[in-house]
Amino acid sequence: MAHHEIVIAGFGGQGLLFIGKVLAYAGLVEKRQLSWLPSYGPEMRGGTANCNVILSDDPVGSPIVQHPNVLIVMNTPSLDKYESAVVPGGKIFVDSTLISRKVARDDVDVYYVPATQMAKDMELKNLANMILLGTVIRETKCIKDETVEEALKHVIPARKMNLMDVNLKAIQAGKDYQP
Amino acid sequence: MSETVLMKGNEAIAEAAILAGCRHYFGYPITPQTEVAAYMAKKMPKIGGTFLQAESEIAAINMVYGVASTGHPAMTSSSSPGISLKAEGISYLAGADLPALIINVQRGGPGLGGIQPSQSDYFLATRGPGHGDFHVLVFAPSSVQEMADLTGRALHLAWKYRMPAMLLADGTMGQMMEPVNLPEPSNAFGDDNPWAATGTEMKRPHNIITSLDLSPENLEKQNFERFERYKKIEESECLWEEYMMDDAEICIVACGITARVSRNAIVEARKQGIKVGMLRPITLWPFPKKALAAAAEKVNAFLCVEMNMGQMKEDVELAIRCKKPVELCSRVGGMIPTPDEVLEHIRKIAEGGKEA
Repeated sequence: MAHHEIVIAGFGGQGLLFIGKVLAYAGLVEKRQLSWLPSYGPEMRGGTANCNVILSDDPVGSPIVQHPNVLIVMNTPSLDKYESAVVPGGKIFVDSTLISRKVARDDVDVYYVPATQMAKDMELKNLANMILLGTVIRETKCIKDETVEEALKHVIPARKMNLMDVNLKAIQAGKDYQP
Repeated sequence: MSETVLMKGNEAIAEAAILAGCRHYFGYPITPQTEVAAYMAKKMPKIGGTFLQAESEIAAINMVYGVASTGHPAMTSSSSPGISLKAEGISYLAGADLPALIINVQRGGPGLGGIQPSQSDYFLATRGPGHGDFHVLVFAPSSVQEMADLTGRALHLAWKYRMPAMLLADGTMGQMMEPVNLPEPSNAFGDDNPWAATGTEMKRPHNIITSLDLSPENLEKQNFERFERYKKIEESECLWEEYMMDDAEICIVACGITARVSRNAIVEARKQGIKVGMLRPITLWPFPKKALAAAAEKVNAFLCVEMNMGQMKEDVELAIRCKKPVELCSRVGGMIPTPDEVLEHIRKIAEGGKEA
């Protein structure tokens, strides 16, 4: 049974909730069971923020992810906070432009993606989040490749739909990335 | 059935209230329920409804009183400190036998407290939020789907019994998104409400809507009548859900978000061979006393999982007449118990049982 408990964490403003929404809407399109839970409050304004997403074939119990099997981190405090919570055999995705240290555990799979640098080089402003998401989709298969575009249609506001192409480009860059 | 959409709990409340026929919203912003007001601000003007940001919570609840007096459904929403401010108005609504929908997306207290989720307004909601002898209908949703479904139900029962109803959610339920099938639009409120103050056109006597009655004899009679109505509600409007209770030896009692957390703990405990189930109250007033009393005949112990210092535990003990021990697993101040913490409590009870 496919069951992904995902924590996405970093600074407010990095598009963490956006990653979560793409995953959640993809889950909706795929008619799966799911929940999406943001942290809320002052942390949204530049502090550490996080988003919990559960995608499952079974009804979702607690929407609060205690032991993620997928962790996506975009700053060092978030890696410090959640590294030990990941289940053995889980996958950790690190924006290695922003986090210089390595993951200390050896019982998890770790993917270092210099997403922020890649976004800068490719002139995909503020889309490091989507680059990471691309790698996450490739490595976890938590959502299907073909539902991503449909999910983005729900998440990108109608007046900004011209940004669809760059989002897809960023996701593809993450899928293609090899260290 | 409508299309499945993804919505935050707070948004589901707002849309469900509109679909149920509510066209008048009054509120004052407070975290973590602001999305209810934001949704209403966008939607109500487009459908000929009223969205009004009042100057205070007290003003908002009294605007609800005003609209309800004219025989139209009205609602307000707030979070814990704001509900304290509304208490006077809620008591007046109860005293005037007026229907109203009050949303409380709870946060940690007392006082200003914090903005993270809590269930610490359990007493406030279930004992009648305000002065005097009265109850309000209290609903405790534990999914975004229930946020939508129970909002409609609360409005309709408030109308049916002419009393305030409260949807008692918490910050997590309000902020989370889940797939939801919204109900079909309905409007069961009608234009002809013989009790409403709609203008007599010189054809009938005045309808006087007030909570004031200076005759003790009359006031007593009103109280008695109201409690006759409450008795009927206790008999017919109680809602609860049982989960894995068939062979359960331990019964968890939890509502809202803690019921979700408990579900995970139950699945884990079952894997370890512990026979545990859950009785989840969906209405907190009326409280599922009979169901709990029946469960007390079968199980060895109860475990209340709450985000308060054990407020519902008292109701469970009363419902089962203290026949079986009732333990408590609780976090407060905006903290949420983890499935592991609940599991630890379950294990302790199970081990204690073996020793005895």
